[in-house]
Amino acid sequence: MSADPALARARRRRRVEAALPWLVTLAAFLLWEGGVRILGVAEFILPAPSAVALSIQKWWWPILENAGQTLFTTVLGFLLAVAFGLALGVAIGSSTLLYRGLYPLLIAFNSVPKVAVVPVLVIWFGIGTWPAVITAFLISFFPIVVNVATGIATVEPELKDVLRALGAKQTDIIRKVGLPRAMPYFFASLKVAITTAFVGSIIAETVAANAGIGHLMIVASSRFDVPLVFAGLVVTGVMGVLMYAVAAAIERRTTGWAMRGQDGTGLAVGG
Amino acid sequence: MPPPPFVQVEQVSMRYGGLEGTLALQAADLAVARGEFVAVVGPSGCGKSTLMRLVTGLWPATAGRVTVDGRPVSGPVAIAGMAFQNPTLLPWRSILDNVMLPLEVVEPHRRQLRRERARYEAEARELLAQVGLAGFEQKYPWQLSGGMQQRASLCRALIHRPALLMLDEPFGALDIFTREDLWAVLQEVWMARRPTVILVTHDLREAAYLADRVLVMSARPGRIIAEREVGFQRPRRLEDTYAPEFQALVHELRDHIAAAREEGPDAARREAADVR
Ligand SMILES: Nc1ncnc2c1ncn2[C@@H]1O[C@H](COP(=O)(O)OP(=O)(O)OP(=O)(O)O)[C@@H](O)[C@H]1O
Ligand SMILES: [Mg+2]
Repeated sequence: MSADPALARARRRRRVEAALPWLVTLAAFLLWEGGVRILGVAEFILPAPSAVALSIQKWWWPILENAGQTLFTTVLGFLLAVAFGLALGVAIGSSTLLYRGLYPLLIAFNSVPKVAVVPVLVIWFGIGTWPAVITAFLISFFPIVVNVATGIATVEPELKDVLRALGAKQTDIIRKVGLPRAMPYFFASLKVAITTAFVGSIIAETVAANAGIGHLMIVASSRFDVPLVFAGLVVTGVMGVLMYAVAAAIERRTTGWAMRGQDGTGLAVGG
Repeated sequence: MPPPPFVQVEQVSMRYGGLEGTLALQAADLAVARGEFVAVVGPSGCGKSTLMRLVTGLWPATAGRVTVDGRPVSGPVAIAGMAFQNPTLLPWRSILDNVMLPLEVVEPHRRQLRRERARYEAEARELLAQVGLAGFEQKYPWQLSGGMQQRASLCRALIHRPALLMLDEPFGALDIFTREDLWAVLQEVWMARRPTVILVTHDLREAAYLADRVLVMSARPGRIIAEREVGFQRPRRLEDTYAPEFQALVHELRDHIAAAREEGPDAARREAADVR
């Protein structure tokens, strides 16, 4: 079975690669734990991972509840951003006029810190779920728009010529070439957008909510329960990684062609 | 009265990028009869690809008139099959799906495709087999060599049986053997279906082997400065290209192009004067 040493080496290498993220994370936690213990850092300044773990164990139900709320607002805002970002990206990418007209506005909009928008959202929607959803949406749609627009706008002119000479309408060109071509860009942007969406809803929750991980952390910090604050951070990080993994898995399944199947996993499904 | 030309280009000029831009074509004239196979040769950068874009209506001419099938061209002609020097296949589609792309766009195939998919697919497979790509239908473009992709791209230009076939150096990147194979395929298809073909090429043997008429363009700004009927009987065979008459024709064309290139600096000065 192990006749081919090169193959065995490749397999071992792949196994190491798969284990690497776990090992690095574990090492980071150990370093953190060790550092805190050796230096004797007070718990209300930087709690050790073990203290954070205890806190998670102690408060597991409120954490789960609030994490659920945050996941809900984030995913809702993110889905809105996907729908809106895809539509706007297609529009901007396929029309120079719209591109010229809207792009500066988008840049200006994206430069506004979203924290500054939350109070306005509170005035409009009151405290609760909506400010978080909308902040998550606002913060995550920009990368989607830019990426989709880039994918569509950079279709090879000769390819467009082939289709136009056949009498293809603009919508045909977008459907047959623009959109499929923009998909790798789109999914790349999803991986960025889903993580920024978490940032958005947690920002909003710290200011304008009575539920969610952001709210939990604010409450915890007002009670100087620093381990619980860190528990919130860890839980957020875990959710971010999980959602990223989902986006990455979808990307691999749908746009394997863009990776040219180098690693043998990327056999595409035709479109 | 002779029938009107299928493609007619009258005193067409093309300048890219505003008043100070590159003058690619100047007062070019061209007429191609229905079902004729015309090859266009000329120095590099003389405006051959530009001419192709104007005839297919992909770009509007700066001046002059283009008519195709009796109608003035003001937008894409919607009847042309095109192939370029690079294959421009869609990487997310299999070779078969790439070849069938025009059927999803051009009427009446577009309407019938769903119902008669099997028939169309058989046609596409046959075409692929003709260019030596049998067995590669389900592969993706990146799994094929450059020359194989180019052959698939030729199939894509042919699949919907276009009345006008515009080929811009489609064999330029191929090795000589593949190229000669594809000449034979193209001649066969042309003789069977009789589309009007305009073929741009740098290969004078290719022009003489395939075309009814070879047009020579001047250096930029381009226009047609010479034309030569090719009277050899069809179907032409590869051996014919080594016959003395054939060689003489190739030499004659070469001399025309050499002369056109000599004239180059003059042409540039003409253009400079024209800008002022
Ligand atoms: N999109 C464009 N914008 C500006 N200038 C262009 C454009 N396309 C071509 N040109 C210019 O027009 C001239 C003719 O170009 P064209 O591509 O028609 O030449 P060609 O005869 O096809 O050359 P080749 O044989 O090398 O393919 C060139 O000088 C080129 O710089
Ligand atoms: Mg060219």
